[in-house]
Amino acid sequence: MNTNPNPAVKKTAKQVLSEKLTAFRKFMRVMTSRKIVVVGIIGTLFFILVAIFAPVIATQDPNLITTDGKLLPFSSAHWFGTDYLGRDLYSRLVYGTRVSILTGVISTLMAVVVGSFLGMLAAYCGGIVDKILIGYCEVFNSIPGIALSLTLITLFGGGMMNMAFILMVTGIPGFLRMMRASSLTVMNSDYILAAKLSGQSRLKQLYKHVFPNAISPIIVMATQHVGMTIMMESGLSFLGVGIKIPTASWGSIINEARPYLMVDPWYVLLPCIFLALLIISLNLLGDGIRDALDPSLRGEV
Amino acid sequence: MGKYILKRLLQMIVVMFLVSFLTYVLIGIMPRDPIYSLYGSDVTPAEYEVIYHRMGLDKPVIVRYFNWLVNFFKGDLGTSYAYHMPVMEIIGQKIGVTLYLSIVSTLISFPLGMLFGIITAVKRGKWQDTTLTLVANISASIPGFVIAIALLFLFCINWKILPSRGFTFPWENFGDHIRQIILPMFCLSLGGIAGITRQTRSSMLEAMRQDYVRTARSKGLQENYIISKHVLRNGLIPIITLIGGRLAGMIGGSVFIENVFSIPGMGTLMVNSVNQIDVPVIQACVLMTSGCMCLAFFITDMLYLAVDPRISLK
Repeated sequence: MNTNPNPAVKKTAKQVLSEKLTAFRKFMRVMTSRKIVVVGIIGTLFFILVAIFAPVIATQDPNLITTDGKLLPFSSAHWFGTDYLGRDLYSRLVYGTRVSILTGVISTLMAVVVGSFLGMLAAYCGGIVDKILIGYCEVFNSIPGIALSLTLITLFGGGMMNMAFILMVTGIPGFLRMMRASSLTVMNSDYILAAKLSGQSRLKQLYKHVFPNAISPIIVMATQHVGMTIMMESGLSFLGVGIKIPTASWGSIINEARPYLMVDPWYVLLPCIFLALLIISLNLLGDGIRDALDPSLRGEV
Repeated sequence: MGKYILKRLLQMIVVMFLVSFLTYVLIGIMPRDPIYSLYGSDVTPAEYEVIYHRMGLDKPVIVRYFNWLVNFFKGDLGTSYAYHMPVMEIIGQKIGVTLYLSIVSTLISFPLGMLFGIITAVKRGKWQDTTLTLVANISASIPGFVIAIALLFLFCINWKILPSRGFTFPWENFGDHIRQIILPMFCLSLGGIAGITRQTRSSMLEAMRQDYVRTARSKGLQENYIISKHVLRNGLIPIITLIGGRLAGMIGGSVFIENVFSIPGMGTLMVNSVNQIDVPVIQACVLMTSGCMCLAFFITDMLYLAVDPRISLK
């Protein structure tokens, strides 16, 4: 007997794979069709590689205080010179990439997971649960992000893990709202009606149809969120309340370097330039992903 | 319409209550003894007991919150741990500076952003569009404090043509004011201008795609006439809703800019209070900035109601 009665609907694993591959190729083609996006991809990849291979690329321990001297100019021993304690600036910047990217990615991922779960919950349950979750968003949106972050920092203290947690908390309401709106749109569509009529359980509808169709604006939002989070983390570290010294983060390096702007301008400007380049690359990449995932927005903003 | 305004007003009050409760409880659980912070560490246990009861610290959180709220409406936000002065007095000195910066920079960024946005939309695909969009994208991607430091280095250290710190109100000394304000104001407005340019562009392009524009074109109307009569009016309405978000963004942005240019405003106060764990001041700052934000969003909704009659029909 034929185990596959309807070959038009059921596909073999190989077919599914090749279909996915075609979709991926198409996605990449749209994404790389704009030159500026390619620049963003290359920039982002560069910084990610630097972050991964930091121990290999760095010439020495970022926290090692050398006896060569303080605030040295560029040289072959210290490519970007030394900081105000005599630490190698190049190594500190390389390790700083790790802190910035990790904080940004971890907090965004956590915010996406929690936010989209709660958003789907709000859309699925409706009623009082929906009201409470929307109220929660309303309250958190009414406190300026920076004031909220500063409050939470006072409460929990700085440090990398705390920063990731704090930035997650400030990021959740945005993802919650987006996922809720997106799920509601999907839930009102005809194929969900069809699934309902065919007797599929609500939970199965949710993970089989609603989730995959509602997730793409979340992905777009998440890629743009990483840049914003890195901006916020470096900003808070710059204010001296985020990542605590001696951990090298670009923001905290800029903060340490500020008093020496007159004596050794490159010490301050280099981390500034790195930070700007990373965020510009991330945003360009985000634009590319948005264009590829959401054709209706293509080339608009 | 009246019903909508009333509902919105009520909603704002409820949200403000929740925000104030949240700040009170969140900051209230901070591990810092208010009595030692206020009266010094040489308080004897007997004195401690007396003050403990007088301040009502033996009562449950909810009672303390309501006491605090009642005092708030009387204009008493407690005493700062760090300055040993009434919080209201400290904030009163600082909030004017931040409000002045935020409002003026909003006033600067809206007309400029809208102008650039219109140019990019009308000249879509031409060099004006490409250049302005690229500049807007890049300047929106660079953190405000990075731009501030770069400008500080160029103008105040390298070329020595502008002072690097301080703030004077224009009615005190106009010349000083302009020299001190030009860099912070540029940094504060830049992000706003970039954001508004992008939004105006997409909103204008959206308006250009509408059927009534096609009708106007097929009637043989002049392109300039179509732009000014049909596209502009419809395309600029959504931009008004950005005012609230912009003002809110300014509060955040000014924290960094005030820090770089040593401007004595709310932002500097907030950062200092966090470093000194000055609980009453942080509470008041969060409450004040949230209040400003709620008000800004409320005004936005009212503006939207005024320009787009379709909203009130909902």
